[in-house]
Amino acid sequence: MNRTRFLDHLILILGVLFMVGPIVVAFMTSTHDPYEIHMKGLMTSWGNDFVATYDKVLFEEGGFTGKVTGLAMLKNSFILGIGFAVGKIVLSMLAAYAIVYFRFRMGVVFFWMIFTTLLLPLEVRILPSYEVMTRLGLVDTYSGLIVPLLASATGTFYFRQFFKSVPEELLEAARIDGAGPFKFFVDILVPLSRNMIAAIFIIMFVYGWNQYLWPMLMTTDESFFTLVRGIKQILLVWVGAQIPDYNQAFALAVLAMVPPILVVVVFQSWFIKGLTESDK
Amino acid sequence: MKQVTLSNISKTYPNGVTAVHPTSFDIEKGEFLVLVGPSGCGKSTILRMIAGLEPITSGDLEIAGKRVNDVEPALRDIAMVFQNYALYPHMTVYNNMAYGLRNRGTSKADIDAAVRDAASMLNLGEFLDRKPSQLSGGQRQRVAMGRAIVRNPALFLFDEPLSNLDAKLRGQMRIEIRALQRRLGVTSVYVTHDQVEAMTMADRIVVLNAGRIEQIGTPSEIYHQPQSTFVASFMGAPPMNLIDADYRGNGRLYLKDGVDLPAPVETGRPGAVKIGVRPENARLVDSEAAGALPFAIDHVEELGAIRLLHGQLAGQPFTVHTSHEHAVPEGTAWLDLQNSTVLMFDGATGARL
Repeated sequence: MNRTRFLDHLILILGVLFMVGPIVVAFMTSTHDPYEIHMKGLMTSWGNDFVATYDKVLFEEGGFTGKVTGLAMLKNSFILGIGFAVGKIVLSMLAAYAIVYFRFRMGVVFFWMIFTTLLLPLEVRILPSYEVMTRLGLVDTYSGLIVPLLASATGTFYFRQFFKSVPEELLEAARIDGAGPFKFFVDILVPLSRNMIAAIFIIMFVYGWNQYLWPMLMTTDESFFTLVRGIKQILLVWVGAQIPDYNQAFALAVLAMVPPILVVVVFQSWFIKGLTESDK
Repeated sequence: MKQVTLSNISKTYPNGVTAVHPTSFDIEKGEFLVLVGPSGCGKSTILRMIAGLEPITSGDLEIAGKRVNDVEPALRDIAMVFQNYALYPHMTVYNNMAYGLRNRGTSKADIDAAVRDAASMLNLGEFLDRKPSQLSGGQRQRVAMGRAIVRNPALFLFDEPLSNLDAKLRGQMRIEIRALQRRLGVTSVYVTHDQVEAMTMADRIVVLNAGRIEQIGTPSEIYHQPQSTFVASFMGAPPMNLIDADYRGNGRLYLKDGVDLPAPVETGRPGAVKIGVRPENARLVDSEAAGALPFAIDHVEELGAIRLLHGQLAGQPFTVHTSHEHAVPEGTAWLDLQNSTVLMFDGATGARL
């Protein structure tokens, strides 16, 4: 082990400041009232409006319809983030399981078809996807928000590579132990993949949480608004001499940042294991 | 009583490669049968066909009197120990052993009794709550054995179970496995490429080469009465000396440089033959006695209790096994093959004459 030197610490400290600084500034600013923010810009000190701002952001009903609260938006963001992450993991694990463990006609072709969808992200196919959802009558539903984005070439690829590295003998031992395809998947493969699942959960949760374009297109009903959209909604009212509620925008931004940060902090050790280590 | 019967079992892969040519043999109840041969000889394929992990191309496989060609591995009443143990890494030792029984729907109490029984038999009692990654190689091997034992199967299958262990542990596990098998009386098929394991563990050995059976017999038969040059050279370390000679039908064998010795058997057909002499059967004699053959020593391997003398007999490599009490002869020594056990093989086919 090398002795850690002062310079090493300095680099780490600078790195931490660089990453955490903006979040702290955003949080501090959100505790001031909008007029002060408008006049003085970003704040680094603690203001007096913490309780008032967050109370208003979370519980006051707003929006055009006057029904949507910050809490509801938070809930929507969670549904989207978790729905995305869980759905993508389940779907891509099952797809990878089929590709790796079952010999079916054109298996390789199907895999490469899935893989090439990496070249067609949502933005490219957004209109056709929207049309399909409209015809299915899924506009303004959670299913409509989540389902079209569930197929994940990245996830399928990761799980495929992982399953391929699982020793063949494990499958054979399980067969002799009387585990059929379903039991082998649930009892052996899923527990073995838990680091991988955690890693993909983080990526997909953050991805789902930050979705902006698709929800904007798919939902017109304000009760489906997510936090990310809510922020913009607040800044939109800047007309004439009216000052937008900067403090509320910052508060929402902080709220929008906290869950992904928590997910990363909590899952990070698994995340690193999942992407680097294979404990078999 | 026959526990397993293979009748003309063969295996041809979809790409046309034939791994096992039609093969038949029986395994008696309680017998420890070893399949041995070089890599690619089809021994593992045969084992995997018995296990049901590999479909059988043709022929019939019976276990305990029932044809099982199309029976799922789990329903064949077998247990298998794999080369790399194939323990479930995320399960504790206890669960590794219990998993198969749970899938069969055995009651919790019965599972517990079976697992604790096997664990105490294998000295694994204190490791039941550990994960495989926290165990040494030998302990993992025992868990793999335990997983097989708890099922109380009609047949144990071992696929080179000791090849991942170091030499010392291998010797120890060899004895343990054999003792355990004797105690349980379960019919076993054991695959290995290590002829020492085959010799020391087997009741009977099946020697395989290129997908065909070369010879089936007890270790002693295989060692002393090999039916082909392949068996003669594969079994035994160092292997049997095989020397080209000429059989002229007059009861004598002529070596390359003209020296001759009496033929051990008479056959009608003169021709090229190979003579086989185990290194320990070639006796050194002190001087140029009657019929002694000159043996030019190149190199001496000192093994403590014994010495191996490597050299040339009639211009062909030859090894002699001597006791450590013998003085090391220098240069040329003399061999007495007249009174030694000498086998004769057909020069072309390698079959025993």
